[in-house]
Amino acid sequence: MEEPLASSSAILDARDVHKRFGHNEVLRGVSLQVQRGEVVCIIGPSGSGKTTFLRCLNHLERIDSGRIEVDGKMIGYRDCPNGTLAELPAKEVARQRAEIGFVFQRFNLWPHMTALENIIEAPVHVRGERERDAVAVAERLLARVGLQDKRDAYPSKLSGGQQQRVAIARALAMRPKLMLFDEATSALDPETVGEVLAVMAELAADGMTMICVTHEMGFAREAANRVVMMDQGVILEEGPPQHFFTNPTHERTRQFLSKIL
Amino acid sequence: MVPAINADWSIVAERIFSPDAIFWRALATTVTIAVVAQVAGVLLGLLSALAGLSRFWPIRALAAAYVLVIRGTPLIVQIFFVFYGVNLFLGLPFNLFPREVEILGLTIPGAAIAGTVALAINEGAYMSEIIRAGIQSVDPGQMEAALSVGMTRPLAMRRIVLPQAARVIVPPLGNEFNGMIKNTSLLAFIGVYEMFFDAEVHYSTTFKPVEYFLAVAFWYLVLTTIWTLIQMQIERRLNPAEETREGGVMARVRRLQWGRAH
Ligand SMILES: Nc1ncnc2c1ncn2[C@@H]1O[C@H](COP(=O)(O)OP(=O)(O)O)[C@@H](O)[C@H]1O
Ligand SMILES: [Mg+2]
Repeated sequence: MEEPLASSSAILDARDVHKRFGHNEVLRGVSLQVQRGEVVCIIGPSGSGKTTFLRCLNHLERIDSGRIEVDGKMIGYRDCPNGTLAELPAKEVARQRAEIGFVFQRFNLWPHMTALENIIEAPVHVRGERERDAVAVAERLLARVGLQDKRDAYPSKLSGGQQQRVAIARALAMRPKLMLFDEATSALDPETVGEVLAVMAELAADGMTMICVTHEMGFAREAANRVVMMDQGVILEEGPPQHFFTNPTHERTRQFLSKIL
Repeated sequence: MVPAINADWSIVAERIFSPDAIFWRALATTVTIAVVAQVAGVLLGLLSALAGLSRFWPIRALAAAYVLVIRGTPLIVQIFFVFYGVNLFLGLPFNLFPREVEILGLTIPGAAIAGTVALAINEGAYMSEIIRAGIQSVDPGQMEAALSVGMTRPLAMRRIVLPQAARVIVPPLGNEFNGMIKNTSLLAFIGVYEMFFDAEVHYSTTFKPVEYFLAVAFWYLVLTTIWTLIQMQIERRLNPAEETREGGVMARVRRLQWGRAH
């Protein structure tokens, strides 16, 4: 069995994560440590397993082997005396997910609720906060993402960029320890990409720990402490952003960057 | 020979414009049984639909068997089985459907209860498929977003998925109730005094099938027409073409949701 984390400031410690869909091994031993307050961008070609890896981090997907710890607690599983892992009960998994924000490529706002209702839904019905308190927090969050005037708008009346900002506010309302972004801007019209990236950059500047799957190299350059290149289910290389823009080690990385830059 | 319409219209008119108290009781019985059986059928259908989406295969198999058996056998057989067969089948030491039962101060014949149970069980199988289709029409991303903020599956189902599935479920549910109103007539065969039984009583004493069956057909048509009008109102509220500044379709879906959101 693996040693517990050496550094207490690491918020995420994923070790040797494997994930198969049938015979298709999508993650082939992914390890990633993220420190508190760090912003990590994951890049890599389509199909390399980036989304799957993020989904494993909050146990939206089961893993086949390896272990994932967030803030020192193993996600989704517990150790059994015989050395194997057993899945945690659904309620426990739900509690863990409540502390990890997830922003989806396609927003996934709830269309039958207004922007405000989307944001207060989990604080009220998951954490049992009083509605009055949740509304006050939600209004501050809406202001933070620049949408205070859209409080009572339904998602269908919002642009893609506005919807994604509400989705970010919805995740933040649970006061997550860690935010995961899965290509948060790639389903957006080009003119609304900037407003979402600005919100993300501001979050990063405020010290939020973030893991962002993104192809926005400008954002990576500005906001990321570290860039991670994934390819075919493994992490090919990682380093500070400038490493990637000046002299990436792998030919695959070079090819990938030349395509997207 | 020239066929000619042959009816004593005065009898038909009397049955339509001034039916006796017994008829009104029979009509009330028809409506009550239809409503109770439909509500119970929706609840059974919800249970069965959720069971059908369970992670555990024996639960899924049970739901599938229920739907298969009920949809694959005649309703009249199910009604007879419940009323005449269940006591023997289950070897009960008491009669599940005695001649009469006191409920909330009302004396209700056992046959009416057995009949309502049979209709509800039958309806549950059809509603199960309708509700399952409704749930599956909701983008899986909706459930995932709910899970990602810490909801459990049951909470996410109730708060996020079912309110959206309602939009798909309501129109066929309306059609089901239309069918339910008509199917209650089958309970005449186990002796429930509802509208069709009343018509039969008159027919068997007068041997005037044309008049009494025409009149009762009219009353079924009245009930189903009233329901169709109500159904159109409900569906109009769900119609995407009816968008308003209150948020359109989804705001309306939410108003149909049990309980207020906040
Ligand atoms: N639910 C699933 N079932 C089967 N295969 C899947 C599923 N999700 C993803 N995959 C496969 O896993 C691989 C990696 O997908 P994904 O993690 O979405 O990559 P990326 O986000 O890097 O584009 C792809 O080949 C994809 O087809
Ligand atoms: Mg992806």
